[in-house]
Amino acid sequence: MLTVRGLTRPGLGPIDLEIADGECVVLSGPSGTGKTLLLHALADLDPAAGRMTLNGVARDDMPGPEWRRRVAYVAAEAAWWSDMAGDHFDDADAARHALAGLGLDDAVLEKQVALLSTSERQRLALLRALVLEPSAMLLDEPTSSLDADNAGRVEAMIEERRAAGAAILVVTHDDAQARRLAARRLVIEGGAITEAAP
Amino acid sequence: MSFITLSYADLVLASLLLLFAGALSVVLGLGLERNLAVAAARMVVQLTLVGLVLKTLFALVSPWWTGTAALAMVLFAGREVMARQKRGLGGAWTYGLGTASLMLAGTVITGLALTTQIRPDPWFDPRYALPILGMVLGNTMNGVSIGLDRLLTAAARERAAIEARLALGHDRRRALSHLVRDACRAGMMHIVNAMSAAGLVSLPGMMTGQILAGVAPVEAVKYQILIMFLLAGATGIGVLAAVFAAAWRLTDDRHRLRLDRLAQAGDGGKTTGM
Repeated sequence: MLTVRGLTRPGLGPIDLEIADGECVVLSGPSGTGKTLLLHALADLDPAAGRMTLNGVARDDMPGPEWRRRVAYVAAEAAWWSDMAGDHFDDADAARHALAGLGLDDAVLEKQVALLSTSERQRLALLRALVLEPSAMLLDEPTSSLDADNAGRVEAMIEERRAAGAAILVVTHDDAQARRLAARRLVIEGGAITEAAP
Repeated sequence: MSFITLSYADLVLASLLLLFAGALSVVLGLGLERNLAVAAARMVVQLTLVGLVLKTLFALVSPWWTGTAALAMVLFAGREVMARQKRGLGGAWTYGLGTASLMLAGTVITGLALTTQIRPDPWFDPRYALPILGMVLGNTMNGVSIGLDRLLTAAARERAAIEARLALGHDRRRALSHLVRDACRAGMMHIVNAMSAAGLVSLPGMMTGQILAGVAPVEAVKYQILIMFLLAGATGIGVLAAVFAAAWRLTDDRHRLRLDRLAQAGDGGKTTGM
């Protein structure tokens, strides 16, 4: 369970939010209204005041890297720090097991990132976070550059993670996807979130 | 030792070459004559002043005056490092970090050379201490400014990649490791190149000077080798200290990337964040 109380940073909040274990919540709203600010704050990538707990443990009671390994944030634009795709995985074996589920073939890890398609890069970036088996996931438009087949595979992966007990927050502008993934929908506007009608 | 003393008439004669260069600039419309004249005048005044200061310091052989001169050199070198940053760390850090690294490298290496290898009597004799510190600072200054500039520019440019690493639970040391490595390499590269080219492409200035002053070439070479080792050690210490401290300053104790601590592009010392 991810619990947020009074999360505040310039341009955002205060935000109160709860995502239960095994719950997937969809967040939407026009661009520039604070979605990325919120995700960065939830992942503790930017300073923000307020209280956040994961399964009862406060953010401040664990080191930053520990929090982020458990509350995995996947940015809308995948970014890379090494030439080879495989270099971005600590556990290449774990990654290899999950490749097929995302419609990727084994050779993809031995390729240069620059030679991969946008779609392959987006799925690899998601996989990078999935193999950590996080307790919560913050996904910013995880299927934005995917065709319908691959979007379906990614949704299935998210669903599998949710069924395993993760608390998941997905940003999407796709209404159909939102209905498929989530029971609860939030709208962000002007740095504040409200529950949307289901 | 025997060396040929120059008369002032010799210098006047040589300055005709400058007039020739200035005349060329006028004839070809290069617009350089003013810059040439100002630079030449500055050079003459600065060097004359330094000559007089050194003459006084050498006569005094005082630890306090030598120390004061050394401190002034470090502060000037620090200013030069700051001026070469496209984006500084903001506030007192912009000047302080480079200067502190130079102070560390300069003190350790010059102190080591004076007390263990060259061993003048007294050890702080300015005739040895100041030239060595000058060479150490000049080289370390280049390395530190290149290393810092590389790190800070890359951190701003590769924000997304660094944050992707942090988001996967990498700690700050790991998330910045590829940038820190690049910055240290860049900062060390010129001393590596200087050592590789020494004797083949370039005759190092100090060695040339000693030979002109009548020192036997083999003795001058021994001195130059010692100096090269000192420069390599000092550049290593200075670059490492500056780059690691800057990487530390760019992140906080929650291992977040804090680009808000960087000065805005182009406004020197100011900063927007805490």
